[in-house]
Parts: sequence; structure tokens; C-alpha cells
Amino acid sequence: MIYLDYSATTPVDSRVVDAMTPFFNASFGNPLSVHRFGQIAEAAIDSSRELVARVLNCKPDEIIFTSCGSESDNLAIRGAAYAMREKTGANWILASRTEHPAVTKTLEHLGKYDGFLIEWLDVNEHGMVTPEIVAKAICDNTAIVSVMYANNEIGTINPIKEIAEICRVNKILFHTDAVQAAAYLPLDVNELGVDMMSLGAHKFYGPKGVGALYVRKGTPLVPHLTGGGQEFNLRAGTQNVPYIVGFAEALRLTEDEREQRAAHIQPLRDKIIGAVLESIPDSQLTGDLESRLPHHASFAFRGVDGNLLLTLLDGAGFACSSGSACKTGNPEPSEVMNAIGLSREWGLGSLRVTLGKDTLPDHIESFLNALPNVVEKARHLK
Amino acid sequence: MTKVVVAMSGGVDSSVAAALLKEQGYDVIGMMLRLWSEPGKEESNRCCTPDAMAQARRVAAQLDIPFYVIDAKDVFRETVVEYFLEGYARGETPNPCLICNREIRWTFLLNHALALGADFMATGHYARVKKDERGKIDLLRAVDRNKDQSYVLHVLDQEKLRHALFPVGEYTKPEIRAIAEKHGLPTASRKDSQDLCFLAGEDYRNFLQRNAAEMLKPGEIITRDGETIGSHDGLANYTIGQRKGLGVASPVPLYVITKDAVRNTLVVGTQEQLGSKELIARDVNWLSGEIPQEPFRAEVKIRYTAKEAEALIMPMEGNQAQVTFDAPQRDITAGQAAVFYQGDTVIGGGIIL
Repeated sequence: MIYLDYSATTPVDSRVVDAMTPFFNASFGNPLSVHRFGQIAEAAIDSSRELVARVLNCKPDEIIFTSCGSESDNLAIRGAAYAMREKTGANWILASRTEHPAVTKTLEHLGKYDGFLIEWLDVNEHGMVTPEIVAKAICDNTAIVSVMYANNEIGTINPIKEIAEICRVNKILFHTDAVQAAAYLPLDVNELGVDMMSLGAHKFYGPKGVGALYVRKGTPLVPHLTGGGQEFNLRAGTQNVPYIVGFAEALRLTEDEREQRAAHIQPLRDKIIGAVLESIPDSQLTGDLESRLPHHASFAFRGVDGNLLLTLLDGAGFACSSGSACKTGNPEPSEVMNAIGLSREWGLGSLRVTLGKDTLPDHIESFLNALPNVVEKARHLK
Repeated sequence: MTKVVVAMSGGVDSSVAAALLKEQGYDVIGMMLRLWSEPGKEESNRCCTPDAMAQARRVAAQLDIPFYVIDAKDVFRETVVEYFLEGYARGETPNPCLICNREIRWTFLLNHALALGADFMATGHYARVKKDERGKIDLLRAVDRNKDQSYVLHVLDQEKLRHALFPVGEYTKPEIRAIAEKHGLPTASRKDSQDLCFLAGEDYRNFLQRNAAEMLKPGEIITRDGETIGSHDGLANYTIGQRKGLGVASPVPLYVITKDAVRNTLVVGTQEQLGSKELIARDVNWLSGEIPQEPFRAEVKIRYTAKEAEALIMPMEGNQAQVTFDAPQRDITAGQAAVFYQGDTVIGGGIIL
């Protein structure tokens, strides 16, 4: 089986496993304990926090560890929404239509149950949120703007720096979901100018089950996991020491190896894009061609059932994903497909192929040899 | 290894079919079809509720086989449900499971199985296939006569039979349950397969009311002699042989004899008038692929649950056959299938006119 779904998740790097292992058994203390066991555990968390802060170019106490990227999104958006409303009365929240459900669903709930006003920013046909669109939408009542750094489904990288500047000038909090971006894009929060940034380890060769949220000093935030006061009173729960250590190590390796990983992967990804558009009729690239994650290729094929395509690809030995697939056989085009203006006929036939640091040229060869036939079969079976 | 796709439903029979084939050394792949989803009724639809699908997925995980779900909602609605509605419009009592087996399972799903590289498709049907010396494939009743489902499979042809496997047909139901238990698979059976899967557990009349209300037009109830004795509220609400609920006062019990869709009349009569010794079947499928040249004797089932009755079958022009029973048969119902057996072998079958 050839894995081409690295945007869904990545295998844990063995160096990360090695870094984590001591903290399951040998050094298992609770970081809050006064005794030596606790001290050692706390030290590990502190080192991890410092490491992450170094990569992000921020202060260690601006890093909150969570259980995953989705939790980071929840904490950022809910926490800031409540806090801002309390502080300034602002209760409008702007987010793009193409955000991950961890953002959109959370906003829907804030709208439905807590009386916030949610406004959805349109994207262009490549799925990009332009600074102009943000500038036009904000007003006195805007509390938060949330725009993802890079889109998971179509790979488009948004102009975060420019959007952050607009928000800063207007004194609006700016959150970015960087879960997908972290594997390949620079994360210097000062460069970017964001107030909050969500991360999830399992997208960059760390374990599933741990994430982090960067929160700029001075950003008001109401916690939603309350209890023992961990993570600066912002996220209760005994810290998952081994996983936090894993998060930091994975992020460190990602920062160190970012350039070489991207250099290895991008040509392979470009080859895929070229070959697919050339050899498969009625196909189009989704997402921006230039401002795009280096490992990410995504397509729409007209008149193809995305779920069926994945099934046939799996049968042929290739693991990919689709914005419109559904494991219960009830496919619908995703929100993102709709937002970029694809008709249902195209939107149902989306395919995402994402590469990883272990992807080899052979894998790409085999995949490109097999894909045209598979798409043909999928079209024929309809 | 020979690849086989098992059509899974989450129920005990298809689960055990998969387990048996894996034991026999096949490279097994589980597949399930999403067939029907009436808005608002997604939870109760029997064949592909989220529960049934989750169950099938768990079984596949237990057996360590791949599992895929295919969307067949459009083709199912266009072929099976349409057929069902059209049958009632014609005054018949249709059996949509026949169309589903032929078009959905053994064409649509079979094509997907072949596209995945499988040589065979297996289901949890109680039936058997056997190749004879000349390479022709016979469809046989299951070992367990009580559970035998060869009736609905009479629509298959040699080409489809070539790719068919029916692992559970060799066992009795209690044996199948024991095998399920041994493998730690779910042993509960769904409610017995009399209800149609897309009816979501409700009366077919409610379904017709919701999807084809124009079919339920009131009309007259008449006797065989043409005398009007009452009125009905839509032919589809009645079945041949029905006695209760006619709303007609009569000194002797009256039964529904035929439904005249053209005149929209319900014809009723006494019990003696109910039986008939003859029927004509249309669109007859001969399993061997060859139409018999001579009349022949066979046992005939006129309904899935009917007992076999001895008859003489005479093949006729235009893919039809005349069936003459030794003894008069009650409740010969247009739209149902008449299936001909010789011993355990299914010879053929067609739709009763």
C-alpha cells in the first residue's frame, strides 16, 4: 500500500517516539507534584514549552498545550469570543467559509446558543481569503477574525500577514488555524502578526492526541476546561507529559528539516499536478497553484463519485482522500467545494493527494500509472 | 488467492458468508450498498441504516477484511422503487426484490466487484450453485428448506451465476448461528425478510400514499358478473385473496379475485371462485440460458412463501410460459413470480400476468 494522505495524518517519527518513551514509565510523575517525580515531569513540560516557543518566536507562557488542533480552535474561538464580549461588548465574529469544521461548527454553536453574530467571508475561486475581503467586512462590533493559514482540502495558503495587519490596526483579535500549515510553512508569530494560532502534532510526524494554542500576551481568553489550573489556568487537566514532549520534538524536527522536506516533496507534487491535468480528461486543479502547500495536490474530476474513486484506489493500493467522500456512502460535496464555486457534478469528484517526507519517486510513478485507469473505471461504473 | 467481494448487510447470514470464505482461503473484500434514504426516515430504513452499516463495518474489522460502502441510491430509486410503484399502478402486487437482485446486486454491485479485481461475488442468500459436467451452472435450493431463498434468485443468468458464491446455502440456520458464535460475530437476525427494505418498517400503503398518492383512486367493487356491490379506496390497498376490510355486506364470505387497473375496479367472489388451475408468466428467465422446446413437469412456487405445487409448464412465444396446475391454486397474484423447480434445481421463473 502506498500512503498518499499525509494531510489526514502522518506516522510518528521514530525520533519522536524515542523522546516520548521515558515519560510513560520511567519519568511518569504529575507535573504539579512537589516531589522529585513531579519536578522531573514539570521540567519536561517546561523544556517542551520553551522549544515550541523558540520555533514560534514567542514567549513560553504564550503556549498552551491541548489535546489536539480542534481543541485549540475551540479554546481560541470560544475563549476569545466570551472574553471580548465581556471586555468590549463586541460580539461579531468573522471567519472564512473554508475553515475546518472545528472552527465553523464552533462558530455555529456560538451563534445558535450564545447569541454571537457570525459572518462568513467569501473566498475567491482558488479558495483564498483576500485582505480586501476582510477589510470590507470588519466593523466596530467585530470581536475576532479567524482565517486559516492553509486549507486542508485544497492546499491554498492565505495571506495571513496582511490580514493580521488589518486586524491589528482595527484592534480586532486575529486567530489562525495553522494545523495544516505547520508541517511546511514558517510559524514565526511575530512575522505573521497573529494573536492566536492552533497547532496539532499528528500533522507533522508527532502523535495524535496533542496540540497547542499560541496566545499572544494580553489576549483575553476565557478557558473552557476549568479545574486544576494547569496551563496558566487556561486548560485544566493533568498534562499529557509524554505527548507534550512528543509535540515539541516533532515540531523541532519539522523546523530543522522544513526546507529539505519541502525541497524533496515539491517537485514530486508538481509532477503529479502536471501529469493528472494532462492525462485525465475533465479534470481540474482545486486551490491556488502558486500560493499552495508544497506537498499538496487536489483535483476535481467531473462526473466521478469521490467515494467510489477512493475505494477503487484503495483496491489498487493507493491511500488518498477526498473532500466529498463519506464512509457511509452518502457523499455530498464539501463546504469548500461549494465555496470555490464548483458545481455538484465536479464537487462530488474531488481527490486529494498529499505527500510526505518518506514519499519516493517510485510511489509517484506507480500512482500516476494507475490513476487514469481508475478514474475511467469510476466514470464507467456510474 | 481468488478475490471475492461479499455483499454485507450487517446481519448474521452475510457476516458468516464472509467468515466462511475467509476460512476457505479466499481473498475477501466486504462491500455494502447505500440503497435508500427517504428524507426524515434515515434511521429506520432496514437495509442500510447507520446502525446496520456500523455493524457490517465491525464484522469486517473482526474478520480483518477491507470494507467499502458504495452509493446506489439513484440507481435503486430508478429501477427498484420505480418498478414497485409502477407495479401497483398496473394493479399488480409487485415483488421489487426480484429487480433488486437482478439489477442492483447482480449487475450494479457485481460490476463494482469485478472492477475491484474480484472473480466472484458472494451474498448471504440461502441457495447453492453447482457446475455440471458441461460447465453449465445450476441454481439449487439451500440445504435448509425453511430458509431457502432460491426463489428470489431465479432472475440470475449463466453469466451472473458464473461469478456467484452462496456459502451459507450448504448449512442450516442453526448451523450458521453456531458458526457466527464461534467467530464472535453478531448472531441476531433482522426481522424476517418479508418487509421491503425501503419501506422503513412501515405498511406499504403509507409508502404509496407518500410517494404515489395519485394511484390510490377510489373505484367500484364488482362481482365476477359485473354487478357493483361496493366501493374501494384504491386498488393498491388490496391483495388477491384478501377477505377482511372489503366493506361489503354479504351473506357469504367474499374474497378479492382480481384487480382491474384499466377500469379501476376490484373484482370479488366466493371462495370457490378464488382458485385457478392456470397462470401465464411473462419475461420468463430460463436459468440454463436455453428455452425448453417441450412442455415439462415441475413444482411451482407462486409466491416466496408459497408451498410448491405440481404443474405442467409450457414455454410460449415472446418469453412467456403457461403453467397448468394439477390442483387449483388460491391467490395467484399478478406481479408475483412463478418459479419452476425440478427437485432442488431452479429451472426458471417469470412474472405472473
